[in-house]
Amino acid sequence: MTQRHITHPFGKKHRLHEQVIETILFLCALFSILITVGIAVILVRESFLFFSDQKVTLVGFLTGKTWQPMIDLFGFLPLLNATIITSVIAMVFAIPLGLFVAIYLAEYATDKVRGRLKPILEVLAGIPTIVYGYFALTFMTPLLRSIFGQGTVEIYNTASAGLVIGILVLPMIATMAEDAISAVPQELRLAGLALGGTRIETTFRVVLPAALSGLSATFLLALSRAIGETMIVALAAGAGPNMTFNPFEAAETITGYIVRISGGDVSYNSVDYNSIFALGLVLFIITFTLNLISRKVSSLFYQEYE
Amino acid sequence: MQTESMFGTRAESLLLLQKRSRVSMIWKVIFIFATAVAVLFLLLLLISVIDSVFGYIVVRNEVEVSALVSGASSLDELSRSQLEEAAKNNLSSGILRRVESEKPLAERTDRELRSLIEQYIIKPSVLKSWGLWGSITKQDEIGAFMADQADSYLIFKSWITPEFLINDQSANPLNAGIRTAMLGSLWIIAITFLLAFPIGVGSAIYLEEYADDTKLNRLLQLNIFNLSAVPSIIYGLLGLAVFVRALEGVTSGAIFSSVADTTANGRTILSGGLTLGLLVLPIIIINTQEALKGVPDSLRMSSYGVGATKWQTIWSHVLPASFDRILTGTILALSRALGETAPLVVIGASTFISVDPASIFSKFTTLPIQIYQWSARPQGSYRNIAAAAIIVLLVLLLVLNSGAIYLRDKLSKKKRMAA
Repeated sequence: MTQRHITHPFGKKHRLHEQVIETILFLCALFSILITVGIAVILVRESFLFFSDQKVTLVGFLTGKTWQPMIDLFGFLPLLNATIITSVIAMVFAIPLGLFVAIYLAEYATDKVRGRLKPILEVLAGIPTIVYGYFALTFMTPLLRSIFGQGTVEIYNTASAGLVIGILVLPMIATMAEDAISAVPQELRLAGLALGGTRIETTFRVVLPAALSGLSATFLLALSRAIGETMIVALAAGAGPNMTFNPFEAAETITGYIVRISGGDVSYNSVDYNSIFALGLVLFIITFTLNLISRKVSSLFYQEYE
Repeated sequence: MQTESMFGTRAESLLLLQKRSRVSMIWKVIFIFATAVAVLFLLLLLISVIDSVFGYIVVRNEVEVSALVSGASSLDELSRSQLEEAAKNNLSSGILRRVESEKPLAERTDRELRSLIEQYIIKPSVLKSWGLWGSITKQDEIGAFMADQADSYLIFKSWITPEFLINDQSANPLNAGIRTAMLGSLWIIAITFLLAFPIGVGSAIYLEEYADDTKLNRLLQLNIFNLSAVPSIIYGLLGLAVFVRALEGVTSGAIFSSVADTTANGRTILSGGLTLGLLVLPIIIINTQEALKGVPDSLRMSSYGVGATKWQTIWSHVLPASFDRILTGTILALSRALGETAPLVVIGASTFISVDPASIFSKFTTLPIQIYQWSARPQGSYRNIAAAAIIVLLVLLLVLNSGAIYLRDKLSKKKRMAA
């Protein structure tokens, strides 16, 4: 060892194992690309099988208002409709509430209060979604039924599922929005206050507009989460596609359908089996697009201040 | 004196100022109210679960204990010989033969005999159950219900019992337990960890320590963020097509000629664990990256300064310095896997399993799947055991998370001592 150092005092020693380790680590990192490719290939391939079935047409799939595999009707609008209803209810409920919590945490709460509240939000965020599903079924639905009447609210309904999805994404919105608001430079706040604005005026007219891109990214990500949420709708929204705009009626969402069909014994290569992949593809495209936009929007924000 | 300004008279300005501060006040109240509502939901969630775990139930026995042994009112009073006698005399010959071939009556413990008699002879069934709140406030209703019922009795039951933890599944909620589901969950988590931890930490090390700012590396990073936001049910579809179907030979154990269950068809623990491994991989990568970012560059530089190579620096300095946070991040990711339901339902976890999983090629059920199955049933008392299972799941998660925090504190204290 010492001998070699003397012969090559400053030369960089070639070490094979360093190269090998770097290659292995690189392959680990490539593995995640493989997952994305795997998801894309499988969804597209099985969807292709679904659409090449003579009973299915792309136009019928995209515009049909009935999803009844039994009688060869494959219109995905009722499933999409239910997904949109639950997600919209969730967002209408969770965005204002989550934003208010975030403003309170970022602008008003003392460090001590914030230190107490943030773990509570983390606990809420860490509870498995199946528990929220149970909550929707045993608490929210009876609550809605006692408020609006047993006759108007069905046992399974999209309103209950949507509200509970709202509770589910609430902590996510609150913590991410708080990060976005806290990232607004203090100078902007001070400038707003120095011009004579009250605290709330500064918050609404200076801080929130400045945090807008971070906030929109948060809301988009929450929407994507709500659309992909499965167990709550599987338990509380109802089993059976239903083209309705009434949130008190039962209606099955895209995710609910996938879980119900795959939970039973489906035979491979049947239309039923392939249909869950086609719906999975729709779901993947929607959520993937939302996630991409969300990241684009939030990177705009960082360009503004850094 | 100049009292007029562009905002009107002094009095008007004051009025405006008062109005503005009032608005400010109102909004502050709204913010606090919103926060209180968020906390309230957590409380409601926990209360609604706890409410279902305790409460009065009305039970009807098919055969009374007094009919088995005259004068006795509960099985606990019976002696060993009386228990054996009662079992022998009252079990139908078919069941008796099956039970004897599994394990002779004489060799069974008193407890096993009691549960045997309860299951096959007494056959208690829950007629109606009340939650904790209902048990306290609806005494009249319970009384009225009991007045109409003959041959049934009212007991206050806690649905979480030691038996609930160690019993296997049963069609009767009173005898059902979650042993197989808990074992299934543990097996799955083990596989998930074995797949996701090495690859996840490896990826994170590459991205943080090696990767230059090239197009490929930026794509890798973007891809990981996107994967972490893909709905979990999509991973279920991936697992169904890849592990259950395409790799059925591997996941059912056929190519290792160790098929544990011929009816599993690839819907095995291995498939489930690998699917969840893919699901938590991006989370582990992101958490580990955060941990590595927390290591100060001066540590790396001083290591290079004394002549260490890149890998020596990473292995002996960067990883030990960030190990506590990597561990915490991994445990958080695994607790996500522990509560995950949808992907496992999609790849076809079994719903009713009464044998413990024997190997990674066994069929399985997990705790969240049990909760899903029980919640979905319309009968009231299944809700009660679903709630009991939820409590067990939440306690497991709590233990896991506080274990992570404890380990982190302990490790970082050690680090400080060493430093």
